[in-house]
Amino acid sequence: MSHGLLLTFEITILVLAIFLGFEVISKVPTLLHTPLMSGTNAIHGIVIVGAMLVAGLDHKDTLTSVIGLVAVVLASANVVGGFVVTDRMLEMFKKREKKPEP
Amino acid sequence: MSREVTNLLYLITIVTFILALRFLSNPATARRGNQIGAGGMLVAIVVTFLQKGVNSYWEIIVGMVVGGTFGAVAARRVHMTAMPQMVALFNGVGGGAAALISLAEFHLHAPDPGMLQGDISSSIVLSAIIGSISFSGSMIAFAKLQELIRGRPITYPLQQVVNGLLFAAILAAGIAIVAGAEQQWLMWAILGGASVFGILFVLPIGGADMPVVISLLNAFTGLAAAATGFELENNVLIVSGMLVGASGTFLTIMMGRAMNRSVANVLFGAFGQLAPPAPGAAAGGDDSQVRSTTVDDVAVMLGYAHKVVIVPGYGMAVAQAQHDVRALADLLETRGVEVSYAIHPVAGRMPGHMNVLLAEANVPYPQLKEMEEANAEFPRTDVALVIGANDVVNPDARNNPGSPIYGMPILNVDSAQQVVVLKRSMNPGFAGIENPLFLNPKTVMLFGDAKESIEKLATAVKHL
Repeated sequence: MSHGLLLTFEITILVLAIFLGFEVISKVPTLLHTPLMSGTNAIHGIVIVGAMLVAGLDHKDTLTSVIGLVAVVLASANVVGGFVVTDRMLEMFKKREKKPEP
Repeated sequence: MSREVTNLLYLITIVTFILALRFLSNPATARRGNQIGAGGMLVAIVVTFLQKGVNSYWEIIVGMVVGGTFGAVAARRVHMTAMPQMVALFNGVGGGAAALISLAEFHLHAPDPGMLQGDISSSIVLSAIIGSISFSGSMIAFAKLQELIRGRPITYPLQQVVNGLLFAAILAAGIAIVAGAEQQWLMWAILGGASVFGILFVLPIGGADMPVVISLLNAFTGLAAAATGFELENNVLIVSGMLVGASGTFLTIMMGRAMNRSVANVLFGAFGQLAPPAPGAAAGGDDSQVRSTTVDDVAVMLGYAHKVVIVPGYGMAVAQAQHDVRALADLLETRGVEVSYAIHPVAGRMPGHMNVLLAEANVPYPQLKEMEEANAEFPRTDVALVIGANDVVNPDARNNPGSPIYGMPILNVDSAQQVVVLKRSMNPGFAGIENPLFLNPKTVMLFGDAKESIEKLATAVKHL
């Protein structure tokens, strides 16, 4: 596939993702706006893929090595922290508690 | 694995992320959605390990262990009241990662000027700028929320001019790169300049406007991730980044609307600094006085009411009073009082902040009422109990065109039979705006720390 053709496909999925994003997110009740925020926070941790692609290169110079390593550290913190914090939050949302407060 | 195969496998991840967001439309399914999303993230990581070109593992492993441990420990330890700064922190590191990826890509692929294709170099520049702003801006937001630096707007002379010039310089460097001047120092200049810009950009924005800022920075990191996807020609980055970008934009607009202010006004207005004391701002009449009351009086009011609506604000979060509030509500419910909570969309420091705190205190979510629903209930309410909220219940937003918050939708607590305001002191709220609610003849004030006051109230109600 030519570079130009690939770019048109990329722009197409970008625009579709914008509309899909608004569609899905407008259905989230305000009750869950904080989990929405931290959940999407975890999702942008997907930059870990980019960080791995940089850090995993063969025969790279020291600078790239260091940048890759730091990028993986930051992105991993983003991924793990984001999902764990969101899970902790969502666990608390209950209709009626099962056991009384200790 | 070839790029074609990995890009196809990344589709699994894309689908799980969309499902995760869809499941968030209902509190009953939201947690499962988040777990599905985490599973999708794991798929993406495994697939990337197997991708052609990823051959050196030690940096990845070491980085994951260090970053993952930090993320897990921080996420486990954080108190629910500190959630806004935690979200800001994770947002910032994501933006930082995106900016670093761009730096590395540029360093690797621009050995000679004019070698990069225009779309690749523009996405590198975009991701570097947006990612850096998001990184440093989020760190300042974190520092403000953690009270490492003061939360009030920090302003200096010619602020807008300095920021404008700096941004123009960053843009010029970016355009130079895209135009073919692929000098390494230009890239470093962009990263440095954009980081400084992020700091200058968030510093003047006050604590009460944080819901808008955090939403916006969230959108920024998403956009930076999407731009990174263009430079790496990677579909999962483009789609996931853009989903987050859309979500952050949506929340930013929602928060702006909930304050009846344009987003531009929030970002560049340095709220509270510029607000002139409008004549007649305290339109309660000159003879009105603040009426202070005692715990025992309030306990009687609450204990013999039919319906009580609790209006929490940032003061409840600061005092960490959510568990005590819940305990008080339980006591009232055993006496047959109907209790619900009225949640303003911008109460607290991030969208939905109060909902999370009350959920932590085991308040069943059907009791948490959104603004419109709550406003319909206030006329049938005996006592509105305002805990550390100020601007979101200020009737000037309805009545006084001279008020800086005029037009902002508020919780109409003044249509309840009686209003009890729990407040630390008579200092005006964050924005420095007078609140005529406190002078309303229906209103009584109970001064003191919210947590202590609620504890005492609970004891007093018990002995009724």
